[in-house]
Amino acid sequence: MALPSYASPLERTWYYSYRVICGLIFFFLVAPILVMIPLSFNAQPYFSYTTEMLTLQPEGYSLRWYEEFFNSSAWVTSIRNSVIIAFASTFLATCLGTLAALGLSRSHMPFRGLIMGLLISPMIVPLIISAAGMFFFYSQIGLAQTFPGVILAHTALGTPFVVITVTATLTGFDHTLTRASASLGAPPQTTFFKVILPLITPGVISGALFAFITSFDEVVIVLFVAGVEQRTIPREMWSGIREQISPTILAVATILVLISIALLTVLELLRRRNERMRGLSPS
Amino acid sequence: MAQAQAHSGPMVTADGVPLKTSLRRAERRRKITAFMLVVPLLAFILLTFIAPIGDMLWRSVDNPAIINTLPNTVTALEDWDGEELPPEEAFAAMVEDLRVGQENRSIGQVGIRLNYEMSGARSLFSRTARNADSLEPPYKEALLDAHRRWGDVETWRLIKREGRPYTASYYLSAVDMRYADDGSVAMQPENQRIYVALFMRTLALSLAITVLTLLLGFPIAYLLATLPLRYSNLLMIMVLLPFWTSLLVRTTAWIVLLQQQGVINDLLVAVGLIGDDGRLTMMHNWIGTIVAMTHILLPFMVLPLYSVMKTIPPSYQRAARSLGANPFVAFVRVYLPQTVSGIGAGAILVFIISIGYYITPALVGGQSGQLISNLIADHMQRTLNWGLAAALGSILLGGVLILYWLYNRIVGIDNMKLG
Repeated sequence: MALPSYASPLERTWYYSYRVICGLIFFFLVAPILVMIPLSFNAQPYFSYTTEMLTLQPEGYSLRWYEEFFNSSAWVTSIRNSVIIAFASTFLATCLGTLAALGLSRSHMPFRGLIMGLLISPMIVPLIISAAGMFFFYSQIGLAQTFPGVILAHTALGTPFVVITVTATLTGFDHTLTRASASLGAPPQTTFFKVILPLITPGVISGALFAFITSFDEVVIVLFVAGVEQRTIPREMWSGIREQISPTILAVATILVLISIALLTVLELLRRRNERMRGLSPS
Repeated sequence: MAQAQAHSGPMVTADGVPLKTSLRRAERRRKITAFMLVVPLLAFILLTFIAPIGDMLWRSVDNPAIINTLPNTVTALEDWDGEELPPEEAFAAMVEDLRVGQENRSIGQVGIRLNYEMSGARSLFSRTARNADSLEPPYKEALLDAHRRWGDVETWRLIKREGRPYTASYYLSAVDMRYADDGSVAMQPENQRIYVALFMRTLALSLAITVLTLLLGFPIAYLLATLPLRYSNLLMIMVLLPFWTSLLVRTTAWIVLLQQQGVINDLLVAVGLIGDDGRLTMMHNWIGTIVAMTHILLPFMVLPLYSVMKTIPPSYQRAARSLGANPFVAFVRVYLPQTVSGIGAGAILVFIISIGYYITPALVGGQSGQLISNLIADHMQRTLNWGLAAALGSILLGGVLILYWLYNRIVGIDNMKLG
């Protein structure tokens, strides 16, 4: 990609203008998120930069919106609800998804395409349709406006990610290892916990992270299936944006950005570990 | 082996079972084991996800209100030809049904259901039912006195038509059609056509978003694929950070930027490009929807493009150059055709996601930036016309499944890459 020494002036111009264009697109990707973060420290209840903020005077900045966030019972409850729902549904999705991926990656799996299609469908169907269906169905069987209802719905949404990531990890899996383990007398569960699981852990964890973020960030299902008792952080943000717009939302948003940076880091480390284990370490 | 070959006849295992049978048995056992591993998730998805979707599809044709609440009327109207007002028996049956319906409070359902087809039906039923006990035979005259609309043949035709357990009328409404008075299918009057236009707008906005993400995504995917890994890994973080950031956070960020008192308008005023009274309206209209959704869906375009471009050896373009092609020709004729599968995958993915998008249009779209899913939510929560919501949802679902089938043909589910 480096510019060769024989490049014509036109090529040179294009080379640099191409880089500038790319720089602008990267700016478009990241800037909106970065612009928002300082505003969460705004001393004024506005969504725009005040002169005090621009001249970097300390009185232009404050932590009042963070204070308000942690002192508001509605927000604190929503954190609790989000954590309960996300962890429970991640746990369920990871167990069910890993088990299914083990079956799907076997060459003897009957009706593989059809079953895969069904298992992936929660990821394909637009959320509003899933939400509408679940709203009708869950209220008939008494699951609407309950924690189990929201958890089951989020589990269904999270499992495709676990199935996909674990199946992908298993495609590089050396099946002679399980046969070796069996020939040495290990029962299937020992083979699973001692041989298979350690090797596919990166896939399982990244699937679990996807399931977690899916649930943690989900709001459409919550809007339709959850009641007041199950309001999650995104649900509070939704009504915050629609009803009483205040920079508290920006404080929440900043905290969520930090959480996603943490998740992204974990995922990147996992990816590198996975590549190392397959002997594909990045040069 | 040698021993088996020495015998004539089929090969057998140590315990005397023919080898073929034994192998088949082992094969079946393995199939069952593999299937048993999938069963828990399959059952779970069928119950918690497929059943709700089925329920929605069912609701789009289910039509229980009239046949359950007005059973006598429906029976009495069976032989009616629909030309003139029905005979006295039908009126008597109606009064009977109204009395029962008023008692067990189910008559409201009929009013709501028929009101979707004929405005005023709700008050017609609730008012007449309230006084049903005081009506005296002959019921034809009594009902005609109670409310003049009992004298309309259309009212009775409507009851006869919707007295069936299933209806296509939700689907007809969803495509701006209706039953004409004589029972044939006709278009809605011009001023009541909204859904087809909304489907078209959803398609147009999704297409615009897909094209924009492709225009913005292609250059950076190419850069990421051709830079040395240590640089591209760093730049990749700039794609992945928005990808992993909460959807509501990104939407909030765009509200901060786009609103009238927002950062972009402030900046433009400060620079002097626009006056303070000439602040641009970039939110609560279709511009907001397009800008915010392009930003949100850009990573979904970049990632599949990148994974395809990563596999194209740079030597191909150099070979084209060495054979005399200028850089532009080398790019268009050698490089671009190899990226087509990535473009297809990214474009269909972005398109599928955007035609079903709800949150962002609802928050920044205003009136002109609404998509079909916003109207589905509206019918679910505000107008409570669940049958119509289900019909609109089923049409949307059909469209998405067709696109998904295309996507599957191009990339395959197994090749779907995440993160």
